[in-house]
Amino acid sequence: MKIILKIERFNPETDTESRFQEYTVEVAPTDRLLDALITIKQFQDGTLGFRKSCAHGVCGSDAMRINGKDRLACKTLVKEVADADGDVVEIKPLRHLPVQRDLIVDQTVFFDKYKSIQPFLINDEPVPAKERIQSQEERMKFDDTTNCILCASCYSACPIFDKNKNFLGPAALSQGYRFIADSRDKGFENRLPELDRPDGVWACQNHFKCTEACPRWIKITKRINQTKKMIQNHRKRKGESINDGTTD
Amino acid sequence: MKHEFECVIVGSGGAGLYSALETSAGAKTAVLSKLYPVRSHTGAAQGGISAALGNREEDKPEWHAFDTVKGGDYLVDQQAAMILAQDAIQAIYDLENRGLPFSRTTDGKIDQRRFGGHTKAFGQGPVRRACYAADRTGHMILQTLYQQCIKNKVVFFDEFQVIDVILEAKTCKGVIAIELATGELHTFAAKSVLFATGGFGRIFKITSNAFANTGDGPAVLARKGIPLQDMEFFQFHPTGIKGLGILITEAVRGEGGILRNNAGERFMEQYAPTLLDLAPRDMVSRAIMTEIAAGRGMRGDKKIDDYVNLDATHLAKGVLEAKLPDITDFCKTYLGIDPNNTPIPVLPTAHYAMGGIPTDLHGRVVVDEKGSIIEGLYAAGECACVSVHGANRLGTNSLLDLVVFGRRAGIHIGEYVKTIDFPAIPSDAAADAQTWIDRLTDGKTGPHGGHMAEEMQTVMMENIGVYRNETGMALAVKTIQNLRDRYGDVRVQDFSKPFNTDLLELIELKNMLDLALITGVSSLYRKESRGAHSRQDFPDRDDDNWLKHTLATLKGDHVNLAYKPVDTSIWEPKPRAY
Ligand SMILES: Cc1cc2nc3c(=O)[nH]c(=O)nc-3n(C[C@H](O)[C@H](O)[C@H](O)COP(=O)(O)OP(=O)(O)OC[C@H]3O[C@@H](n4cnc5c(N)ncnc54)[C@H](O)[C@@H]3O)c2cc1C
Ligand code: SF4
Ligand code: FES
Repeated sequence: MKIILKIERFNPETDTESRFQEYTVEVAPTDRLLDALITIKQFQDGTLGFRKSCAHGVCGSDAMRINGKDRLACKTLVKEVADADGDVVEIKPLRHLPVQRDLIVDQTVFFDKYKSIQPFLINDEPVPAKERIQSQEERMKFDDTTNCILCASCYSACPIFDKNKNFLGPAALSQGYRFIADSRDKGFENRLPELDRPDGVWACQNHFKCTEACPRWIKITKRINQTKKMIQNHRKRKGESINDGTTD
Repeated sequence: MKHEFECVIVGSGGAGLYSALETSAGAKTAVLSKLYPVRSHTGAAQGGISAALGNREEDKPEWHAFDTVKGGDYLVDQQAAMILAQDAIQAIYDLENRGLPFSRTTDGKIDQRRFGGHTKAFGQGPVRRACYAADRTGHMILQTLYQQCIKNKVVFFDEFQVIDVILEAKTCKGVIAIELATGELHTFAAKSVLFATGGFGRIFKITSNAFANTGDGPAVLARKGIPLQDMEFFQFHPTGIKGLGILITEAVRGEGGILRNNAGERFMEQYAPTLLDLAPRDMVSRAIMTEIAAGRGMRGDKKIDDYVNLDATHLAKGVLEAKLPDITDFCKTYLGIDPNNTPIPVLPTAHYAMGGIPTDLHGRVVVDEKGSIIEGLYAAGECACVSVHGANRLGTNSLLDLVVFGRRAGIHIGEYVKTIDFPAIPSDAAADAQTWIDRLTDGKTGPHGGHMAEEMQTVMMENIGVYRNETGMALAVKTIQNLRDRYGDVRVQDFSKPFNTDLLELIELKNMLDLALITGVSSLYRKESRGAHSRQDFPDRDDDNWLKHTLATLKGDHVNLAYKPVDTSIWEPKPRAY
């Protein structure tokens, strides 16, 4: 069938603001939306800018807003967004990150926030001769969070950024949980200053938009709430108050 | 813009990142990658990474090394295979200690599962050797290594695409790269350069490889006269999703999945009575194509895009969800089926380059049969050829290759850069790269690359695939030569600087055409069948004449072939049966 992709475009060299351009593409209902974009690029308009790599939802390159939802183009089949000839699919770049060109956004801030939670195992104890022992149950506590492909879909979906650009964001927070919930990690206190602050976990208001958007089934909101609990318990034990910006 | 580093690493997959962790400890290192590091295709690896830990049953590095040699149809350099198998054990513990969340046994150790061609006691039966993290082992390796690079403050140049290398007087002095965001050319002067640019499955139509897998490293070096080794050996993984090529890991069979033809028969019984569905990939892919050719594919029409079924419907409840969640999801997303209830339609998919940039055991690039090196030039990972995979790689041995030989190269570079001064770079180092870009963007009208890429991928898939013959391969070579001629007229449609992906893809197209030619010619001239190179006109392995590595050098529109001996110092080549 023939569908119309209505794509938001922006070229910093020639445009002062973004504009929409429509392309008619021949597709099969089971094609990926990424296939349709590639068809345009290869055979209609080489100037269209978007990122891509793995083409099956594991590298995080092609997150974009498709009919108002933050999704991976390679994990969205045509039939999910269009039924009939002439249907229009609207495609825009992710929100909350500066557009560099067409569907390509600058992910520097997203990655900086990820790095700020020290996303690596912290454990200074001497390493054993073999592996550190961890039960499968202990491992499953954070299993879902290890699926993250840093695609930034959640970052675009989260409404908190509309008001607060400094929020750490769902991906960074769920990656914080990934380590503090790992029985092998000893870095809870190292990460506490970053997590326990008004722009850290406490900015999250449980909108669940991140969880809905995540293409890797991470229970992001739940993991943020668990992190909040861990912080509350820790502060309570120490006789300290949490740093959510409401208490002084 | 000009930069100066003691070590430049091109590529941030498993091989590049592991090397970077080693080199950055002592040498000023930059990692250049055309993708954000976590987007590298190492992240797509599913099933596992092997090491004879013996966590589930008895296992030994010697068995692992032997399986690697036999799996590679004796084209493997045997001392290299021994190092691979021995270093594997510490490499896995290192990854675990650095945070990698491996799946665990009931007693909390790293769990292990079966994989094709991995056996106990020199072929007695399958062994549990593959360490894994569900079916996202590569993802977890890539994440863990990237996280360690963050911890160790490794310097990254993200979205920088290397398009040329500076080689003078048998010394490597740096690279030239385009910064994607600005379109600007950068010159990186370096005491040492390591290429870790991964595979090039994109020269074929149906592939498990990412769009980024265009073989840039080998192509850049080939154009400078560096020979590429064993390029005729390209692995077709037996189980790609029909039509799409998306990989269904061998771990599905490792957990008990069975391949069936249209009569419901477990046809691998005919081809590999001992290892059955867990025979090496080249054999399983051939078995599938033979079944299809005999009209026993699911449609039964004998066409090369017919398919067979991978049946996992009998696995214990919960196995797919717990151990193969991504595979289950791929089936649901792309096929609309639940593998618990419906068999998966599969067909061989172009998967892995056994050949590549020839190196020694320290990752140094060697350019001839005497072992002559280019000073300061290194390669590791899929783009390199040590050679531990020979004519056919065993599953789980590539991820292992990345960490073992990535590490060894990194250590060697760390020592090497201490012994030399920064090179003097010629002022016109970027001239060739600039000329190329100027030509593609000179505003003349010319064909766009899309159709040419398609033509290349189709001719390669049809003629340099699982089964090959003289006529087909000659046709492929001729077609590629013609495409390379036509490349001279190709022009961009996009004239902007920022993120000119049109230009970048045309550059990648040239890389693929060069590698397709080298692959085609290397295949055409190897007149035997060995591992993944299987000829209908020469169906047998011929050790008397062909137990040797190919070295193929690009010269204009020709490829010159030379050969070098294989290290068979441990095991004498034997016929290969499973
Ligand atoms: C679907 C799939 C599943 C697999 N499963 C397994 C498995 O279970 N076990 C196993 O052992 N092996 C597996 N393999 C094989 C293995 O994953 C790969 O061989 C390996 O990951 C390659 O790693 P690498 O570091 O060499 O390259 P890659 O991870 O591909 O990285 C290449 C890097 O080079 C960069 N690059 C490329 N060109 C340029 C350029 N011009 N300039 C700058 N940077 C550049 C890219 O940005 C990227 O960072 C699998 C492969 C696939 C495709
Ligand atoms: S948490 Fe999910 S949506 Fe957010 S970056 Fe990770 S994979 Fe993407
Ligand atoms: S291209 Fe990799 S996630 Fe879509």
